[in-house]
Amino acid sequence: MPTSTSKYQYVACDPTKCVGCQICEYVCSQTKTGEFNTYRSRIRTVREHKILMTAVACRTCEDAPCVIACPRDALTQDKVTGIIHIDANRCDGCAWCIEACDFGAISINPATKLAEICNLCEDLEDGPQCVKWCPKEALALTTPDQRAQKARHKLVIEEVVKP
Amino acid sequence: MHGYSGKILHIDLTARKTWVETKPEEWYKMYIGGVAMASRLAWENIESGCDPLSPGNVICIAGGLFAGTPVPVGGKYGMASKSPLTGFIGDSLSGSWLAVTLKRSEWDGIVIHGTSEDWVRVFVDDDRVTFHDASNLVGLNTYETEDAIRDEYGDDQIRTACIGPAGENLSRIANVSNDGRKAGRTGQGAVWGSKKLKALSIRGTKGVSVADPDALLQLSYDILQAAQGPHTQKYRILGTSSNVLNMNRLGLLPTRNYQQGTFEDAELVSGEYLHENYKAKTTACAQCPIACEQIGHVKEGPFAPAMGHIEYESLFALSSNCGVSDMEASIKAIVNCNDLGLDTMSTGVTISWAMESYEKGVFTKEDFKCEKYPEGFEARFGNGEAMVALTEMIAHRDGYMGDLLAEGTKRASARVDEERGTETYKWAMNIKGLELPGYDARALKTFSVGLAAGTRGGCHNRSAAYDPDIKGDVDRFTIDDTRGELAKSTEEYAAVYDTLPLCKFIRRCFTGKADRAGAWPAIAQLINAVTGWDFDYDAVDLIGERAHTIKKAFNIREGWTRADDYLPWRWHHEPMKEGASAGHVVTEEELEYLKDLYYEAKGWTKEGFIPKEKLIELGMDDVAEEIGV
Repeated sequence: MPTSTSKYQYVACDPTKCVGCQICEYVCSQTKTGEFNTYRSRIRTVREHKILMTAVACRTCEDAPCVIACPRDALTQDKVTGIIHIDANRCDGCAWCIEACDFGAISINPATKLAEICNLCEDLEDGPQCVKWCPKEALALTTPDQRAQKARHKLVIEEVVKP
Repeated sequence: MHGYSGKILHIDLTARKTWVETKPEEWYKMYIGGVAMASRLAWENIESGCDPLSPGNVICIAGGLFAGTPVPVGGKYGMASKSPLTGFIGDSLSGSWLAVTLKRSEWDGIVIHGTSEDWVRVFVDDDRVTFHDASNLVGLNTYETEDAIRDEYGDDQIRTACIGPAGENLSRIANVSNDGRKAGRTGQGAVWGSKKLKALSIRGTKGVSVADPDALLQLSYDILQAAQGPHTQKYRILGTSSNVLNMNRLGLLPTRNYQQGTFEDAELVSGEYLHENYKAKTTACAQCPIACEQIGHVKEGPFAPAMGHIEYESLFALSSNCGVSDMEASIKAIVNCNDLGLDTMSTGVTISWAMESYEKGVFTKEDFKCEKYPEGFEARFGNGEAMVALTEMIAHRDGYMGDLLAEGTKRASARVDEERGTETYKWAMNIKGLELPGYDARALKTFSVGLAAGTRGGCHNRSAAYDPDIKGDVDRFTIDDTRGELAKSTEEYAAVYDTLPLCKFIRRCFTGKADRAGAWPAIAQLINAVTGWDFDYDAVDLIGERAHTIKKAFNIREGWTRADDYLPWRWHHEPMKEGASAGHVVTEEELEYLKDLYYEAKGWTKEGFIPKEKLIELGMDDVAEEIGV
C-alpha cells in the first residue's frame, strides 16, 4: 500500500496525457547536473506494455518514510515545502531511503554513489523544469487536494455537463 | 569534439572479438550520422559484390547527432547493409531509445561483421561488449525478446534492437525492431538472421554534453512549443493514417494491388474511423514532443486481442491494397507484422500480388496450404482472414506460399513465372525489388522519377518528390523539363533529415516554413550548438547531397546500371479506370526523358554514373577513385 501524500506540492503526471517521450528526463538531468543523462534524472518515465506510460518524481509525503528510514539522518524534510533535502556529507549511499520509497522516486548517482531526489527546482524562478518542458502538459506542480478538485470537476464536466 | 566520441565499435561475430576505430572530426562533418554515416560505414566495411546473406555483408549502425538531448524528434539512428531484397544499399532509420543509449555508451557507430555459428545476442554495456547464447530467445517475437533481455538484467534503461521469427527465417522482407519502432524496408532483418544475430542490446550510462547547452535548450524549447501548434496538428490528432481519405480523394490510394486508386470502402479503413472506434492511446518515439503514433486496439471478435500503432503506410498496404475493408483484420495483420518482425509495406504489397495472382488463376486454393489451413484457402481480394493468415505464413515460411512470399514480390514473381510460364511480373509492384509505398505514381509524375531512381528502391521516405505534385506546384499529370531538378532537390532535402537524423514531421516547426530557407538556418544553429562547428545554410544543404551520393556510389560499386532505375510494368501500361487520377500512365519514353533530366540535374553522366570531379567537389576523393568516371 503506497504511503499517502498530503499537503505538499509535488510533480504529478497524468498518464492519459503522457506520451512517453522522456523529454522531462533530459531536461531534469541537464538542470541538475549540466549533462543530458536519464540515469541522473530525478523524474523517471515508465513505459509498460504498449500504452501505459507515466512519469514519477518525489511525492513529498508527509512524515516521509525515506527520512525516517535514513540511518545517518542525511535526509531532512522542509516543514514548509515538504521538499526532501539530502546532506551529501552524511549520505553514504546505503539505499535504505530507496527501499522505503513506494514510488521509486529516489535514485543513486552512478558516479558519486549518493542518493538523489527531486527538489521541485526550488532554486529556479520558473519552477520545475520538467513541468515547463512537458509538451503535452501531462506534468503539473500540484497538491493532493488540487488533484482531487480537478478530478471532481472533470467528472462533473464529463458526466453531467457534456451529455 | 562535442556531439561525438570519435569512436566506432567493430564487432566480429565469427571470431567473437571487437576493436575500436577512431575517426577524425572532418569525417563527421562529412557524414554527420543516420543514413549517411551508416551508408558510409557500409561503403568502407562491406565486401563488395558479396551475397547480402553471406558473412561478407556488414550491419552498420550510426547514431544521431541530437540523440540523448532535448532536441525534438532527434532520437533516431540509421542502419545500413547490403539489402537482400534489392542487392543495393539498404538504409533504414528508426526512432528509438536505442539511439539514445548508443549515444550515452559513447559509440558514434557500430559495425557488425561476420557470422556466428550459433544464435547469439550481443550486449554493449558502455565500453564492455559481451556475447551471449541466444537459443532461449529464438522463436520469440520482437516485444518478447526485448522484455526477456530487460528482465534478465533488471534495468529498464537497457534498449534492444532485435529480429522476430521473420528475420530468423531469412525472409527478405524482415525488418529490425526496437521499442516497437522499426528499422524497416529493404529486408535488413534477414541480414541479422543470416549472421544468427538475434539481438543487440545497449546500456549507456554516460552523460551527453554539448558545446552550448544554453543555446541548445532555448532552440529546442521554441521548436517544442511550435510542435504543439497547427504545423503538426495532422500528426498529433489522427496521425499518418489521415492520409487514407486524402489519397482516396486524389485517386492515389493503392487498391487491389495498384489496380485502382480509389477504394469504395475507404471510410472504413480511414484514420478517422480508427480514431473513432479503435484508438487506445497516442504515443511518442524517443524525445518526440509531437507524438503521432495512434495505437489501435481490437478488443473482441476473431482478430482480438490485437494492439499496435497504425501508420498510413502499414494501413494502405494491409487494407485497401488487399481489398480488405475490415479494420480489425488490418489492425491484426499490422500487429502480426510488428510482432513477427516483418515490414508491413512489403508484406502487404507481396500479399496483394499473391491475391491478384490467385484471382487471375495463377494460384489455386491448394497453393495456400499451411499448418493452420491444411486445405488451403481462397486468397481473394477482400479476404481479411487470408491476409492475416499470410502474414504468419510469411514470417514462418509456412507452406509453399509462405516460403514463396517471404522472398518479396520480385523474386516470387520471377520464380512463379519461370515455373509456370505466367506473366505475374506485370503486377509485381516493386522498384529494384523494394515494394512500393502508398502513392500511385502514375498520376504523380515528378514522384515517378524520384521512385524509379531511388537508391533503396521505390521509397517515399527517401524521395519527397510527391510533395510538389500533390501540393500543385506542378501539374502532376504531365511532365516538363523542371522535374529532374525537382526530384534532385526533394530527395536531397529528405536526406538532410535522414542524416541528422530528425523526423520530417518537425519540418514546419522551425519557422513555420518547411522549405530550405525556413529550415536550414535553424538546423545549422542546432548543429552548431551541439558541436561548436560553424555550419551555415550551404553546409546544411551539402549534407543531403553527400548522403545521397554515398548511397549512389555504393550502388554503382554493386553493379548498378541505368536499367535499374525502372518503374513496374503496370505503371507504364495500365491506366486506372476510376477516380481523380484515372487515365494516366508514365510511358517508357516519359520515364527515360525524366531520368535524363534527373541525371543531368545531379551532375551525373547520361548513363547515370558520377564524374570524378563531382565526387572530388563533394570532398569524396576516395570514392572518386573507386567509382568515379
